[in-house]
Amino acid sequence: MSKPVKAVGLLSGGLDSTIAAAMLMRQGIEIQGLTFYTGFCVVEHNRRSKTRKRKKPVRNEALQAGAKLDLPVEMIDISGPDYLKVLTDPKYGYGKTVNPCIDCRIFMFRRARQYMDEIGAQFMFTGEVLGQRPMSQRRQPMNVIDRDAELDGLLLRPLSAKRLPPTVPEQEGWVDREQLGDIQGRSRQKQMEIAEEYGIEDYPSPAGGCCYLTDENFGRRILDFFEYEGKENLTMDDVMLLKIGRHFRVKPDVKVVMGREEGENKFLERYTPGRWRLETKDVTGPTTLVEGHPSDDDLRQIAGMTVRYAGSKADPDTPVACHYEDTERILEPSPVEESVLEAWRI
Amino acid sequence: MIQPAMTLDTFGLLCPVPIMKTASAIREIAVGEVLEVLADDPQILEDMPAWCASNGHALLDTIEEGEEYRLFVKKVK
Ligand code: SF4
Repeated sequence: MSKPVKAVGLLSGGLDSTIAAAMLMRQGIEIQGLTFYTGFCVVEHNRRSKTRKRKKPVRNEALQAGAKLDLPVEMIDISGPDYLKVLTDPKYGYGKTVNPCIDCRIFMFRRARQYMDEIGAQFMFTGEVLGQRPMSQRRQPMNVIDRDAELDGLLLRPLSAKRLPPTVPEQEGWVDREQLGDIQGRSRQKQMEIAEEYGIEDYPSPAGGCCYLTDENFGRRILDFFEYEGKENLTMDDVMLLKIGRHFRVKPDVKVVMGREEGENKFLERYTPGRWRLETKDVTGPTTLVEGHPSDDDLRQIAGMTVRYAGSKADPDTPVACHYEDTERILEPSPVEESVLEAWRI
Repeated sequence: MIQPAMTLDTFGLLCPVPIMKTASAIREIAVGEVLEVLADDPQILEDMPAWCASNGHALLDTIEEGEEYRLFVKKVK
């Protein structure tokens, strides 16, 4: 018997990529799942920052899908400077917020192609559906992505295959085009029917905003960073901080990040080195980090902000401890008007 | 008593990072050997069984000690 054809599938764990994988497995294709860790995943981050005791555990859907379909899943870490460049200098620009989806797909597909060659797979596939997403899943951007990622016709999109030109796996007869999908557009009806036919249950609801880069608030903060700190200076640590707490730009060179609950406060504490850290004395309150070069007046105002967001036990005179490296000062807060606070809010 | 061939410390790391580290560590032990993973992100209780199931390894045991976890993964293939 000849060796089975092997394919790398980009799995998100959502319904589309799950049935795309199942569709090919039914044709006897051996599948290696692949998922990427970008550092911008909302689910992962929510877990990171919220207090640990949660009622409902969050699942890694790609791993769950792998377990469900009985196929191996490799997780590749692409977070880091190269991926950040995709965010700071996208060749094809941004979508609605700061989401560089086209460049991001190109980056991922290139990496997937490399992985495909590494493990000796013949082609790769995704669960993408033509016309489902405004930016990266229209025909023209799909062509651009395939060209720039140098996929050479080796990327199959099983769910929409019949609406797209035949790819190498179809031309070579590795997969039967006739048995692939002709789905187009945003409705999920067809996918749900296929899931039922295949006996796939318990799939996550369409996630949509699972990537921070499509989040409006996050987008605003990133743009603020680009403007005041320079996009070339963005690091993964900055990204982590941009995702969390309340943010205020007090002055061009002074930014405040304030935790909103215990989990965030704990998380922020880890980022103290090189920053000022303020906390209310004796009463519970937020952890406040200050980036840049605050004057004494700035620090007293930031102390005022810290008191403003502290629990009900704090009053406007509650002293605030201000740490920098090994030093501690106790500050009397100066109150900040709500309108000023709003103007500073990023 | 399970005798691990290797211990991976993922304290302070949050999933999926411990899972990615597990995936690289398992490449360094032989089939039949056991990798011990130390973790403090409770998410690992969901992710490790799924990772083992999808990648064909056996999760032999999970020990919870307060907020810390020790997981024993046997390399099957
Ligand atoms: S939503 Fe995020 S992960 Fe998905 S393609 Fe866009 S930038 Fe990349």
